[in-house]
Amino acid sequence: MSAQQVLFYGFAAFAVISALGMVLNVRNTVAAALSLVVTMVALAGIYVLLEAHLVAAIQVMVYGGAIVVLFLFVVMLLNLRSDDFQPGRARLQKLAGALIGIALLAQIVRSSVDLPALPPVPPGFGGYRQLGIALYTDYVLLVEVASLLLTAAIVGALILAKRKID
Amino acid sequence: MIPLEHVILLSAVLFGIGIVGVVTRRNLIVVLMSIELMLNAVNLAFVGFNRMWPGAPGQNALDGQVFVLMVITVAAAEVAVGLGIVISMFRNRDSVDIEEVSLLKW
Amino acid sequence: MVNENTDAILRWIPLLPLLAAAVHGVMIGLVRRTAPRWLVNTLSCGSVGLAFLLSCYAFFRLVGLDDDARFLVDSLYTWFGAGVGDTRFSAEMGLRLDPLSSVMTLVVTGVGFLIHLYSIGYMADDHREDRGYQRFFCYLNLFTFSMLVLVMADNLVLLFLGWEGVGLCSYLLIGFWYSDRWNAFCGSKAFIVNRIGDFGFLVGIFVLFGALAQVGSPSVAFADIRASYDLIRELTIPAPFWGESWRVVEVVGICFFIGAAGKSAQIPLYVWLPDAMAGPTPVSALIHAATMVTAGDYMVARLAFLYADAPVASSVMAWIGGLTAFVAATIAICQTDIKKVLAYSTVSQLGYMFLAAGTGGYTASIFHLVTHAFFKALLFLGAGSVILAMHHEQDIEKMGGLARRIRQTHFVFLVGVVAIAGFPPFSGFFSKDEILLAAYASHVPGHFWLYALGLLTAGITSFYMFRLYYKVFHGECRATADVREHIHEQPPIIVYPLWVLAALSVVGGLIGFPLVYGEWFGVEDSHSLNNWLNKVVGEASYHVPHSTEYVMALAAIGMSTAGLLLARFLYLSRPDLPPRIATSFAGVQRLLVNKYWVDEIYDALIVRPLVLISDRVFYRGVDAGLIDGFAVNGLGRSVRGIASGGLKYLQSGLTQSYVFSMLVGAAAILWYLAR
Repeated sequence: MSAQQVLFYGFAAFAVISALGMVLNVRNTVAAALSLVVTMVALAGIYVLLEAHLVAAIQVMVYGGAIVVLFLFVVMLLNLRSDDFQPGRARLQKLAGALIGIALLAQIVRSSVDLPALPPVPPGFGGYRQLGIALYTDYVLLVEVASLLLTAAIVGALILAKRKID
Repeated sequence: MIPLEHVILLSAVLFGIGIVGVVTRRNLIVVLMSIELMLNAVNLAFVGFNRMWPGAPGQNALDGQVFVLMVITVAAAEVAVGLGIVISMFRNRDSVDIEEVSLLKW
Repeated sequence: MVNENTDAILRWIPLLPLLAAAVHGVMIGLVRRTAPRWLVNTLSCGSVGLAFLLSCYAFFRLVGLDDDARFLVDSLYTWFGAGVGDTRFSAEMGLRLDPLSSVMTLVVTGVGFLIHLYSIGYMADDHREDRGYQRFFCYLNLFTFSMLVLVMADNLVLLFLGWEGVGLCSYLLIGFWYSDRWNAFCGSKAFIVNRIGDFGFLVGIFVLFGALAQVGSPSVAFADIRASYDLIRELTIPAPFWGESWRVVEVVGICFFIGAAGKSAQIPLYVWLPDAMAGPTPVSALIHAATMVTAGDYMVARLAFLYADAPVASSVMAWIGGLTAFVAATIAICQTDIKKVLAYSTVSQLGYMFLAAGTGGYTASIFHLVTHAFFKALLFLGAGSVILAMHHEQDIEKMGGLARRIRQTHFVFLVGVVAIAGFPPFSGFFSKDEILLAAYASHVPGHFWLYALGLLTAGITSFYMFRLYYKVFHGECRATADVREHIHEQPPIIVYPLWVLAALSVVGGLIGFPLVYGEWFGVEDSHSLNNWLNKVVGEASYHVPHSTEYVMALAAIGMSTAGLLLARFLYLSRPDLPPRIATSFAGVQRLLVNKYWVDEIYDALIVRPLVLISDRVFYRGVDAGLIDGFAVNGLGRSVRGIASGGLKYLQSGLTQSYVFSMLVGAAAILWYLAR
């Protein structure tokens, strides 16, 4: 077992346990959000192991630093403390969902055997330079569209959250 | 060397957990967070596949990672708007219970 | 192909009445004002009169042609076609004038013209809001057009078009005074019974075409059928129940005869004709005496070459004709409506025509058709004059003693009666005599008894016609006092056509003057009609020695005289006797007065069950119950049930349920793709 593999399984365990913690936690919404952060960071670690350095950095910054923070803002704004809602009817759905999930999993496992080993990675792969070049040459249109999307989201969020439209 | 199957397996597991969260939880905010989890699982898959096929030496094919960036962008936008909706809903009904918003039914 | 036999004049003979009818129709339908009478009269009578002149012209052109190629054709266009190659069928609009159809066109346009003139007077007091007067002439013109198409068609399909057209016009005209429901009912009855015959006709066309196509000559034009007749005469159809096979030509012959039985009122499809008297009298004269009902006879003559080779079909035709003649005559003895007597008389005389055709006397049949057109139209129009004089009274029990009051009508009516009774030298004698000759000399099984039946019927005919004559014109006037005061002769426009027809009834026999008597006057080949028609219908196949002819003629005259004397005795000398005879033979009298209860039998056996099945089974069961209730409404109800019972609960309004459903669907697809 190389160091990489150890790190990988460690990060993976973290991610899964935190995810479960977020979903199964019914008492504290803030705790759920914080579990989510742990998951994000664990995933960022895995990205680094997979030679996606810039993506990892952005993952931590945007997801962990902005998105989850946003969640926490809202929780505190609305003064939500505990989530006392019982799942109720979803008991059956939970079971069904679990079964489906297992079936899907099995299917994926079954179809993903016999993959070759990871090839060696070229230098500069996943670095900011390469990614920057890719973004602004091949995918420049995507960037523009993304900016449009963000503009729309900003305007939408602003209007939704206003008390009165004046 | 990390076997790709394990990466995909992890992605699938996280995705499943996310689905369970979306379908089961009644708190709207937790539902939104579960959706984020699902998106993250997908990102993981993308990065994993990109690592598997990094392109010919000399030319780097970074399509997967670029797409991950796009997904993150979209997720951010979606969270912003979604939380705006949560705030509106709270103002109207004083609750973030997802089962309160079920008027559009038979 | 334009050659000396083509004449574009032909198309105008039917077209002129059609145009008149179209103009009338447009005026009635679109121009909502009542047209001036003179316009209607000129248009209608003028068109038919012109058609008559054109027919005369065409006739004389035919006379000038060679005996071998005595026909005129006029091809218009192809109506429709189907199929390819050896079995290609095409229905042409083509007219053909040969000796047979020229005789028919002259009769139709000539007698038709006279009846148009008569109608001007007869319908004169029709001042209804619905422009009945113009409508009447429109229908009359339409009828003339259809009849002319029928007789001038050069192929079976166009003939059938005319056949249907005259049926339609018959319906329209019988139910002309439709505000009285009974009239409308009679019109429907005529049309429906006709239709049954038409079905047989169509089956005949289909079988004939099938046979022709099989031998490679897929054409229904008469000339072509005749040319390729030898190829089909031996073909047979397997007969499933009889064990052996039938000749195609026999089957075709019988099928066509079914059509003729419908159109020309033979047993068992004659029941519509007496009820058709509900229409105005000119209609009865034109359609139900002179022209439409003779269409069947014309069709048989047209296909004479086929019937001459089909002994079974011919025998059937002859016997049915003979029986119809006899049965109808017996019914006529006891009728009290003047028009009903004439109607049954028509059925009887039509029976004679088919008797002639069935025994090979096609010329005799056409001869009788022509003479019958003359004297029967005369009788009907005369009856119409009597009815008008009696202020629309049709019951002969309420008439009597009219001879002195309406002298002209009386005279012409007498002429008609004498003609139909068969006294020489009036036309009826010659044609009837020739029919009896054909019956006597034919090879139809039991032909002697057929002859005897015909002879007996001649006597009965004379009897009931003279009964009618004596009851209407002689004795004391049994009308009510106020009617009696106003009995007067009709205006000239009504009377003059009667005179013309009377003259024709007298001299009409000359066209078929038998050779036997022609020799007395030193005239060779005196039977002009025979000479005229024999290329088309074939030479008469019977020959009898002269002595037999004399004996038969005397026998016929004897029967007619017997009928006259009996009628004179019972209805003029001793009018007290008939009621006493009636009570003595009450059963027979009731049977005859009720027309053998044929209508009632048909009603019970056919009409009522059919209506019952239609209502209970097809309407309530299949249509309302199965199709409406089960299929249409049932489908709606089941969809609604499924939707409101089950499907709607999917719309729970809970977002998470929807997500779950999406998940299930996506999982299924993924599972399927990755299997």
